[in-house]
Amino acid sequence: MRRVSLSVNGDQHELELEPRELLVYVLRERLGLTGATVGCDTSSCGSCTVLLDGESVKSCTVLGVQADGHRITTIEGLAENGALHPLQESFRTHHALQCGYCTPGMVMAAVSLLAENPRPSEAEIRHALEGNLCRCTGYQNIVRAIEAVA
Amino acid sequence: MMVAPIELEIGEAIGAPVERKEDHKLLVGQAQWVDNMRVPGMAYMAVVRSPYAHARITRVDVAPALAHADVVAAYSAADLQEEWAGSLPCAWLPTEDTKAPPHLPLAADKARYVGDGVAVVVASSRAAAEDAAELVEVEYEPLPAIVDPEAALAEGAPLVHDELGTNRCYTWRLDAGEVDALFDEAEVIVRGRFRQNRLIPTAIEPRAVLVQPLPANGEFTMWSTTQVPHIARVTLSGVLGIPEAKLRVIAPDVGGGFGSKLNVYAEEALALGLARRLGRAIKWTEGRSEGYLATIHGRDQWQEIELAANADGKISAVRARVVAAMGAYLQLVTPGIPLLGAWLYAGAYDVQGYSFECTGVFTHTTPTDAYRGAGRPEATYAIERAVDALAAKLGKDPVEVRRLNFIREFPNAIAAGLTIDSGDYDAGLDLALGTAGYKELRTEQAERRAKGDPKRLGIGLSTYVEMCGLAPSKILGAIRYSAGGWDTATIRCLPTGTVQVLTGVSPHGQGHETTWSQIAADLLGYDVDEIEVLHGDTAVVPLGMDTYGSRSLAVGGVALYFAAERIVAKARLIAAHKLGVEPSQVDYVRGRFTGPEDSIALKDIALAAWTAHDLPDGVEPGLEASFVYDPPNFSWPSGAHLAVVEVDTETGNVEVLRYIAVDDVGTVVNPLIVDGQIHGGIAQGIAQALFEEAVYDDDGNLLTGNMVSYLVPSAPDLPSYELDRTETPSPTNPLGVKGVGETGAIASPAAVINAVCDALAADGVTDIQMPATPERVWRALEEAKR
Repeated sequence: MRRVSLSVNGDQHELELEPRELLVYVLRERLGLTGATVGCDTSSCGSCTVLLDGESVKSCTVLGVQADGHRITTIEGLAENGALHPLQESFRTHHALQCGYCTPGMVMAAVSLLAENPRPSEAEIRHALEGNLCRCTGYQNIVRAIEAVA
Repeated sequence: MMVAPIELEIGEAIGAPVERKEDHKLLVGQAQWVDNMRVPGMAYMAVVRSPYAHARITRVDVAPALAHADVVAAYSAADLQEEWAGSLPCAWLPTEDTKAPPHLPLAADKARYVGDGVAVVVASSRAAAEDAAELVEVEYEPLPAIVDPEAALAEGAPLVHDELGTNRCYTWRLDAGEVDALFDEAEVIVRGRFRQNRLIPTAIEPRAVLVQPLPANGEFTMWSTTQVPHIARVTLSGVLGIPEAKLRVIAPDVGGGFGSKLNVYAEEALALGLARRLGRAIKWTEGRSEGYLATIHGRDQWQEIELAANADGKISAVRARVVAAMGAYLQLVTPGIPLLGAWLYAGAYDVQGYSFECTGVFTHTTPTDAYRGAGRPEATYAIERAVDALAAKLGKDPVEVRRLNFIREFPNAIAAGLTIDSGDYDAGLDLALGTAGYKELRTEQAERRAKGDPKRLGIGLSTYVEMCGLAPSKILGAIRYSAGGWDTATIRCLPTGTVQVLTGVSPHGQGHETTWSQIAADLLGYDVDEIEVLHGDTAVVPLGMDTYGSRSLAVGGVALYFAAERIVAKARLIAAHKLGVEPSQVDYVRGRFTGPEDSIALKDIALAAWTAHDLPDGVEPGLEASFVYDPPNFSWPSGAHLAVVEVDTETGNVEVLRYIAVDDVGTVVNPLIVDGQIHGGIAQGIAQALFEEAVYDDDGNLLTGNMVSYLVPSAPDLPSYELDRTETPSPTNPLGVKGVGETGAIASPAAVINAVCDALAADGVTDIQMPATPERVWRALEEAKR
């Protein structure tokens, strides 16, 4: 077991973690933050995408102990003072989600994209989402939702 | 006292692009997925699965797993035999002699596919359960396996179930008209043989189940990632011998299904059986790679189709033969899936003779079952590919041959024996061709060919009709499905000004809460936000048939309409009493009853019905009504899809440049949701055409056993879709709705492959098997050169 210190959505957490524990399970099972979901076991689907120091990572490919001392933002930490993030709002107005299982990861990937490239083209948006799979929407409304905020 | 119900007016909420009520919680990470849930005393289950597609199980020793410090229990199939009162359910045995071998939650004597469960471990954590599952010692005697359904029919093929003496599960036939004579008279006959690639549905939420027992009362609550909580309750009570009334099934938020969660699975039965045996809560969550073995697959068929036509291209008869893989066992609807396309092999075309035959075959593979479209994409693919072949043979434009053959009178009793409700196939085709700029595309195609551009342009059509809104119970009975096709709605007007709507259909991403709210709001004169829609819990909505086959709106939504009529009928009696007039003197419009002098709101009547201080004689307190709706017919969406592809003859790569879809799904309640359904369906259909295929090797190993090797398309792989619609309301229900969940997946594989073959027609390519990967395209070009 190793002691780690995580900042998650602005809250400081001191945890004893097994070295094998993946960040996504630390978030889901130890901290009760179930927004990030698990959709695969090969780092393919991106449902578990969160921000690590502001950049998107698949939290199934980061060990909890690797996040020691870092700042993590999950979907639960995106809205500020009850107001949805513009991307969350845009996903709703553009019907960019159906079952919603991939949505937290998709939104976090989009947040990261726009932080890096505030005016992406459609092709750049599609390319940036390559690691996030959605089975419901066919992606079109997700792309539109991001374009509307960019 | 009865008053005849009045016909309700459709107002402004129906048809409006209302933003979804479901979205907020999903967008802030507050969804209730089964995998999020924990209850006191919960233990985790892991399943030990066969690594062999066909093997005798000679020894199972769970002792090494039991020695693991965190393990609670471990069982072989033999250890659990007493838990089962019956086999896992198959609800559709299409013929009297359909072979339905026993299917218990764990395999005892033989493993019959890679992933077949042979033992189970329960531990205090998921990690410990999965670790300990690897400690269970199982000895196998591997046997030869068979994975192709046609090969499995051959003499001497390894048998999946020895006791049956054959791999043939059933042969089902439908014959109408003088088919042989029409073929004898035909001036032109075209034949096609097509492969329906095996697909893995891949809902992004893996399956999960949590069972909490209350041993003192013999009660069980099961949370499951299911599309079918009601069907699961009925059937699992039979598998476990638990009285149905003691079993509550809840489908909380469910992360997509596409048919894969329209099933009753071994793991649900195991979790129930272990919760009963151990007296504690049991949870199981599927790993994705595990799910690719243990959750049903779709398609896996060989199809042969023949068209008889005259020299103009007018089709007189269709003959289709299908060999369909069942996989190793029959799951909930396995044998019936190819038959959902049995009436559609003549597509949108007017023919006199029709013959369809399907043989279901056991193979050493994961069982097949419903995957988006279920039978109808297959039928549509065969006829739409064959119509293009007919056009090519006659040197005609595929548009012309389609127009020559369209059904144009509605309702239309088709040769196959059912009646299409409504449609206007020319209108859909006109719109699609106009949006596409068909003539200009043909010009560009010719120009590219003329200048020898290695990137060929292809244009592909799919003018489909499908049948959904499952389904009239009498017809289901006639085709030997063992349940009804009705569904339910309850409306409860609460005294404080809001409404509860209970629906028997169980959504998993389709947005029923929003759509049902729109309907109820319109009919009852409430705001959309004043309606609360409850679903997916057998204790809250005891009666329902759940969500699949694009049935929710066409059956459950129509039940809501009729329940609203009952509410209004009862409320009118109270309104008349309050207004001091006869019920016949009271008009109802959108939430308000108006008499000769005065009016009263439905909301006020809800309160009056609750206080019950002054009700007319014979009227019960409360304002609540239910309706169970059994549809008189299927509903028949149709449309015209057009794909424009670019095929690189040097690399074999196919790019979908444009995708145009014009659909007629009847009345549209929420255009945002309808378009979203079509987008998603098209994406899955393009995926079938170009990307996805579950591949087994000859020994029955799934070579595409995870998301790395099974190519689910991501955003850069897919185009933007250009949508339009026509609207011919279904005359069989008062809302005029048809269904939209599957149209995209039904129409699009044919459109895409027709486009690919059109692009390469001048190169001599006539067919490419799905998925049309760069390698397959390149090989087809090389073969055509020879």
